[in-house]
Amino acid sequence: MAMLFATWKHCVYVFATGLEDEVDTFQEEHERERHRGKRRDGERAKKKKRANGERRKRASNVGQEEEKLQARREKKGRRKRSSSDQQAEGREGDEAEQPTTKSSKAAKTRKNVKNEKTRKVEKEEKEDEADDEERNAKRKKKHGSNKKEENVEDGNKHTVKEKAGEVKKKKHKKVVETSSEKETSEEEDNEEEDSEEKEVRPETLTPEELETLKEAVDERKKLIQGLRGKPWAMKKKLVTLRESQEFVEKYEGALGKGKGRKLYAYKVMMTKKWMKFKRDFENFKTACIPWEMKIKEIESHFGSSVASYFIFLRWMYGINMILFCLTFGLVMVPEALMGRPYGTIPRKTVPRAEAPSAMDFAVLWDFGGYAQYSVLFYGYYNNQRAIGWLNAYSYMVVIRTMARNANESGVGDDNSFNFSWKMFTSWDYLIGNPETADNKFASITTIFKEAILEEQESRKDDNIHLTRFLRVLANFLVLCCLAGSGYLIYFVVRRSQKFALDGLENHTWWERNEVNMVMSLLGMFCPMLFDVISALENYHPRVALQWQLGRIFALFLGNLYTFIIALMDEINLKREEEKIVKFNITTWEASLYNISASENSTAPPVTIQPADVPRGPCWETMVGQEFVRLIISDTMTTYITLLIGDFLRAVLVRFLNYCWCWDLEAGFPSYSEFDVSGNVLGLIFNQGMIWMGAFYAPCLPALNLLRLHVSMYLQCWAVMCCNVPQERVFKASGSNNFYMAMLLVILFLSTLPAIYTIVTIPPSFDCGPFSGKKRMFDVIQETLESDFPTWFSKVFSSASNPGLVLPFILLMVLAIYYLQSTSKSYKEANVDLKKKLQTQNEENKKKNKLAALKAQMDLEEARKAASPSAEHPKNNNASPDQEADEEEDRGRGQRMYHSKNGRSPPPPRHDGHLPATRAPVPRNYHHGNQGSAGYLPGFPRESEARMHRVPSLQRH
Amino acid sequence: MGTTASQLGKDMLSEYQELTFLTKQEILLAHKRFTELLTKDEKDLPNTRVPMERILTLPELKSNPFRKRICNVFSTSEYKDGGLTFEDFLDLLSAFSDSATLEIKSHYAFRIFDFDDDGTLDCRDLEKLVNCLTGETDDTRLTPEEMRQLINNILEESDIDKDGTVNLSEFQHVISRSPDFVSSFKIVL
Repeated sequence: MAMLFATWKHCVYVFATGLEDEVDTFQEEHERERHRGKRRDGERAKKKKRANGERRKRASNVGQEEEKLQARREKKGRRKRSSSDQQAEGREGDEAEQPTTKSSKAAKTRKNVKNEKTRKVEKEEKEDEADDEERNAKRKKKHGSNKKEENVEDGNKHTVKEKAGEVKKKKHKKVVETSSEKETSEEEDNEEEDSEEKEVRPETLTPEELETLKEAVDERKKLIQGLRGKPWAMKKKLVTLRESQEFVEKYEGALGKGKGRKLYAYKVMMTKKWMKFKRDFENFKTACIPWEMKIKEIESHFGSSVASYFIFLRWMYGINMILFCLTFGLVMVPEALMGRPYGTIPRKTVPRAEAPSAMDFAVLWDFGGYAQYSVLFYGYYNNQRAIGWLNAYSYMVVIRTMARNANESGVGDDNSFNFSWKMFTSWDYLIGNPETADNKFASITTIFKEAILEEQESRKDDNIHLTRFLRVLANFLVLCCLAGSGYLIYFVVRRSQKFALDGLENHTWWERNEVNMVMSLLGMFCPMLFDVISALENYHPRVALQWQLGRIFALFLGNLYTFIIALMDEINLKREEEKIVKFNITTWEASLYNISASENSTAPPVTIQPADVPRGPCWETMVGQEFVRLIISDTMTTYITLLIGDFLRAVLVRFLNYCWCWDLEAGFPSYSEFDVSGNVLGLIFNQGMIWMGAFYAPCLPALNLLRLHVSMYLQCWAVMCCNVPQERVFKASGSNNFYMAMLLVILFLSTLPAIYTIVTIPPSFDCGPFSGKKRMFDVIQETLESDFPTWFSKVFSSASNPGLVLPFILLMVLAIYYLQSTSKSYKEANVDLKKKLQTQNEENKKKNKLAALKAQMDLEEARKAASPSAEHPKNNNASPDQEADEEEDRGRGQRMYHSKNGRSPPPPRHDGHLPATRAPVPRNYHHGNQGSAGYLPGFPRESEARMHRVPSLQRH
Repeated sequence: MGTTASQLGKDMLSEYQELTFLTKQEILLAHKRFTELLTKDEKDLPNTRVPMERILTLPELKSNPFRKRICNVFSTSEYKDGGLTFEDFLDLLSAFSDSATLEIKSHYAFRIFDFDDDGTLDCRDLEKLVNCLTGETDDTRLTPEEMRQLINNILEESDIDKDGTVNLSEFQHVISRSPDFVSSFKIVL
């Protein structure tokens, strides 16, 4: 660095003092400049070698190195000169630089030079922002264009070359400049050169220069960051990265020379560390996502839609995990810490009558016996004030996710590119399974055909009455199915109550598990029935799928609700029972009291085993039991269908295929498909049951967690080993929000019964946290009165009086109304804008069409007109690249000529020689190009456009 | 794992992370998969080029109708034979990765669809593209009439400047509004 600095000082000195004398001939001046340049170039060459490693590499001829150096040297000399010219005389640059200017410039003092430099810096500052982009582009192109430029300019420092370089630049920048604008471009060039020079010597920098350097460094940094987004080959990226990093490292240290150096270095170091940390963290995060590899594997076999189910499953797992944590933290842990241990109070012990059979497997399987009085169920819990956050939390999560999804999917709902999308985006690159690929081929073909048919709109509805009749019939059948299944469930639940009254031990396994089995079987077979029925309807497949999903949804919902209604009946029965038991207990207690009283209180009151205390039926535990049973049986059915329906079928098909009379794999049984929508629905309903039952059986989320965990592995395995992907794949992106919407509906519907029971049915008197209260929500009031200070309860009571509540509700309603209407208006505005865009688009299309037509006609005319003078169009048609090549060739020729001449060609000869041969060519080209704007829009423009496309391909 | 990491070199690994959209694990996995494709004596040489036939045995690419195009686009081989070095392979995976930008994805998609490498999608490119999408068998192929209509429709929609071809910016314009492109233009190892 110091060395560099010294050379530069020396240069300035030479420039100042040496030029103070009159320089008589250009030759001498040139010679001196070369000297001066040589020293600097020695340094710069090294730098450039590193910085332009890319350029170097691409240079086909290493032997030209020497010549390039020469060229650069000369160029710089000329630059200095020309810029000082402007300063001294403010003169428009002539075509060539005469020796006379040199003399005037020679009179310059050192001060002048300095002045000039600061001026330039200022200008650069100003222009920097505007120029930034361009410079960036230039830097990129520099690898290519600079080299050529130099080659062209080599051995010829007159303006002709300048022009050639300009032509190059124009082509790249897509800016058409006339020769009169040459001055500005030259200036730009100068500045660019200048900035590069500055980068070379950081020690001597003024604050402004420091700024520019900093900007350059930042630019490089940005380049490094954006590098991965560039479609270059890795080699190129690597080279650029290394080069930029080297640059940054080099100058970053030099940047903070002054006071802020340490701080700056520290900052740089910290950012580096931070980047590294971020990257590591990112890696860590992706490594932490559970089942990521499994899902990716499935994704790569079956495409994104099947994977979307598993991603949904994983999401559900997460939700249940959080629910579980909440119940665990807010209900179970407090109970374990503060409540009394198992067996101390009646509600936590198995009654004497049931004790012998409490450990039997059959009883445990029904969640009777020990399980009934365990931590699993509501009845176990003491009188404590636990509030269920669960549902509130779930609402929040689901709604938030939905909103996010809606945001994402809200973008792409215009169908102005119907066909193009089908064409360009229909292939799912993740598909890695030949069978899936075949299915995809078929489905894409049908999509194309359908689209064409729809476009033609030649679909005539033959016999509309028949289809209408069939559809009505189908709906009727489906309704019958739904009603039938509802009645069946109701019937079965009532019957099971009768069994329960008789005592479960007297009945067979089937009779005990009738309810759950019937529900599971209905859930299994009804969708198949619906599928058959929907064949009647002859809908478009997508519509049919929606109908199907809607029907299954209705079925599940209906079943669930009948189940609950039946349970309500049972609850009422239990409460009747409760009354009797309560009466009995009072008599029992009275008798106990009598006994102890008669013993005249000599002995302490008899300790009664908690197991002997008579107790009420505790309907909450009963409901919880029902739910747990339901979920267990549901899980079992799912797994068993999976094993039998998928695995066994696959095994049979695979192995019997060798000795069967028709092709089993392609024919009737074949392999089962992975039914995304059905599985998702199952998952959603399962979750609904969890939400519903979690109040009565706090361990339900934990149970569900277990189930989801198992099913994740089981289904992953089943999918990979025995399923073929479904033929009609519906896109993952469109269905996500649909799932979410269903989940929300289910969530709402499943909280309804829970809330209903909380509000209307009095809790049992001797079990659960709310025992002894009249209503469950009484606990709130009680808490308010006992746990909080008095002023709080006062505030609360005054806040809850109707005078305040009613206006508040009114306000909320108004707010909702307002928000709704604004959203409506936004939607309308959106539609309007879309319409506008469309019309604009169409107009543009029309305009373009007209323009193209006109251009065609013009072209024809032009051709006719031009046919006599054959020379002109030929010139016009030459593509710029060819032109440039010619230029380059000529430049090379010049250079060769130059170097042969010992690098100091007599300038007058050039002046006289070159313009005659070369100047007309580019000018001619320019004229043609300019004229083409109105004159020949069709042909040359197209060729030019095509020219630009190729480089842009490489650049992006 | 340890051997692959040492083979790749720490600084190379970090440079690759800087230059691609892949995470460290993905790069290591890619390296593992790539070395599996090499023969024994090739393993010792640095920067070996795996011929296209062997690349196409990867199950992720095997059933892709554009597999040859993908290889050709990402290959830096001077013989245009579609052979890939490890770096080319990383480029491929990076462009097809989850986190790659829409811009880079659409750029490469365009080049993949541009069968004759002339920088525009013309009628012949589109026809080839449709044939790729509908598969090789006769029963899934479109009739010439359907084909003509389809291509006309596509040009009608996306050829904004009406020059009879779809160029890169038009293509990107169309693609950028598609909801599924980013989620489906993916290849994971």
